Amino acid sequence: MNNILVTKEVTKHFGKHIALHNVSLEIPRNSIYGLLGPNGAGKTTLIRIVNQITHPDKGSVFFDGEKLKAEHIAQIGYLPEERGLYKSMKVGEQALYLAQLKGLSKAEAKKKLKFWFERLEIGDWWDKKIQELSKGMAQKIQFIVTVLHAPKLLIFDEPFSGFDPINANIIKDEILKLKEKGTSIIFSTHRMESVEELCEYIALIHKSQKILDGKLSEIKKAYKNNIYKIGMQVPKGEALLGELSGKFKISTSDYNIVEQQLDFTMQFPGKETGEILSYLSSKGNINSFVETIPSANEIFIKTVQSKNNNE
Amino acid sequence: MNKLFLIIKREYIAKVRNKSFVVMTFLSPVLMVGMGVLIAYLTKINDNEKSIVALLNESDYFSNEFLTTEGTSFIHFNEINLETAKDSTLKMGYSGLLYIPKESNLEQVVARSFFYSKKSPNTSLISRLELVFQDRLREKRLQNLGVSAKDFSALKVNYAINTATFNGKQNVKGINEIKAVIGGAFGYLIMMFIIIYGGFVMRSVIEEKTSRIIEIIISSVKPFQLMLGKILGTSLAGITQFLIWILLGSLLMVIAFSFLDIELSALQNGAELTASINTTIPTMDQTMQVYAQELIDIPWFTLISFFIIYFLLGYLIYSSIYAAIGAAVDNETDTQQFIFPTILPLMLAIYVGFFSVFSNPHGPIAVGFSIFPLTSPIVMLMRLPSGIGEGGVPLWQLLTSILLLVVTFIGIVWLASKIYRVGILMYGKKPTYKEIFKWLKY
Repeated sequence: MNNILVTKEVTKHFGKHIALHNVSLEIPRNSIYGLLGPNGAGKTTLIRIVNQITHPDKGSVFFDGEKLKAEHIAQIGYLPEERGLYKSMKVGEQALYLAQLKGLSKAEAKKKLKFWFERLEIGDWWDKKIQELSKGMAQKIQFIVTVLHAPKLLIFDEPFSGFDPINANIIKDEILKLKEKGTSIIFSTHRMESVEELCEYIALIHKSQKILDGKLSEIKKAYKNNIYKIGMQVPKGEALLGELSGKFKISTSDYNIVEQQLDFTMQFPGKETGEILSYLSSKGNINSFVETIPSANEIFIKTVQSKNNNE
Repeated sequence: MNKLFLIIKREYIAKVRNKSFVVMTFLSPVLMVGMGVLIAYLTKINDNEKSIVALLNESDYFSNEFLTTEGTSFIHFNEINLETAKDSTLKMGYSGLLYIPKESNLEQVVARSFFYSKKSPNTSLISRLELVFQDRLREKRLQNLGVSAKDFSALKVNYAINTATFNGKQNVKGINEIKAVIGGAFGYLIMMFIIIYGGFVMRSVIEEKTSRIIEIIISSVKPFQLMLGKILGTSLAGITQFLIWILLGSLLMVIAFSFLDIELSALQNGAELTASINTTIPTMDQTMQVYAQELIDIPWFTLISFFIIYFLLGYLIYSSIYAAIGAAVDNETDTQQFIFPTILPLMLAIYVGFFSVFSNPHGPIAVGFSIFPLTSPIVMLMRLPSGIGEGGVPLWQLLTSILLLVVTFIGIVWLASKIYRVGILMYGKKPTYKEIFKWLKY
């Protein structure tokens, strides 16, 4: 039982449109899991199924080892992509109402809200109406409402949209703290670079299907292609470049004649880098040598392309 | 259940705290009573205005037929010509000049008579003058035929057919209309309530959609719970508002009318009127008693019990349709295409119901509309004052109507909740009927 959430061959149709097709995921406990994919891939539908807003046509979902049921709602916190609050309701009343809907008692909710309001330094907002607050301020309240009932699983759909960088950082830190305390977190986003740094695990969803999932570091390892970025001081850069491109795959290159600086990206044929390195250092002075690790975005594009080619 | 209660509470509080709701609650009775008082007051002023008519009578056929009444008085001109009379009338600012020329016979006199006035004349004044001429003409013609005025008034006939049910109970003419009006008032109340508070439910759904809080809420509660809570909370707020209207309205009415002394004088007039009628037509008293008895005999308890049943079912059906409309659209301007077909049965019920139940409470149209579920809450209530069973609504019709209403209620709420569930998560598209139909299959 190392997984907080498991989906097994979940399929969902809307009329003739297939929103999800046999999507199976395993989301490890106490991890940050990135659900990545372009707009319209089916991420939100999957999340809505986990939140029991919609129900799958086929397949099953297990939460904490049990088949998903109504009581699990209290164990899940969800920040939807389309989010807002009652405009004419006071902040405090609204937060209390939403917390009570999640099953907290009024006294409990009040105590926890006090704690969070002080923690995010918004204690004096209690009697304000949402329409008096800025968008970023309202987002803070939404964040509090999402995490207030201390759920086992938190689901954030495009969490950072609408936040200014400072508030986005505050929220990011809070999310990391929650993870340290044992909460499992799912991030759903189409901006893959934004959560790459946070996620240990990812799944890529494309056209209603899961095309890739696993530990991010392992996926990256599997997708790196011995491509290195090399920078060196060499008197006759162009000649060397010409010589190399006859034997190897060179993708980008730039030679500065004045400084005699050559930068290029090259794919090494095998695992043995030493031979080539010693050859290069005989030509000039190597000042940088970095293996390029593909970004989630690059992996995604590559996977989609190879999938399209296979079809 | 606990969550449903929370939702009802929030909806109720949000509604009754809403500024425009509060203003409407307290302002409407004031406005209504104020309007009533104003109309009564203006009518009183209007009635008090006296018109003065100058009369130039050159003929021998009229002498003292033109009597000064409450609203009109006559100034007699003597021995001046028409032109001078016209000038004087204008100068004195009288309402007009009635000119009766000298001719050889009455028919000619009447044909040549004129009423001159600056503006187009007051209709009631004209008809009063016409009446004088008509009476004079009739008198003259009767004289020619050799009938005395006394004989003529003895000829006047006023007959009303006696009606009774087969078991001998006296039936009173016109009581059907009175009963239909009483039932109609209940039906009208239902329609008003549906249109006002159904609209509130719809706007409240749209508000949740446009403020984008909906998904946060339905990740905690079932959409159906939210819809139900919304409808119930809004209805409770509506009932509160209605009660305040009734209480405040009657209070203000009493205060206003006792203050302005309008009711008192109106009552006096009424009393005089009935007194005079009573002396002339002795049977009137009896008839009034029968009417009163009939009104007491209206099965009030049954009527009010069924009012509650029909009100609840009818309101729930319509407000869930309103909730579904609110869920399907993004803003209020898109609701028009859906609202009209929704209100149509209600309008039909009120108008067709009124006409058919008025003329024949148990005719085929009345029966049909009182069984058809979307109109039955209104039309059946119009028929019910005549009782259940013999002489009233047959029991099978009542039961069929309620059964159909319950079945429709379940069906409509089920359909509406499906549309609601899908619609609340759809943004940015103006839905068509075809699309909504597709949602039912999701």
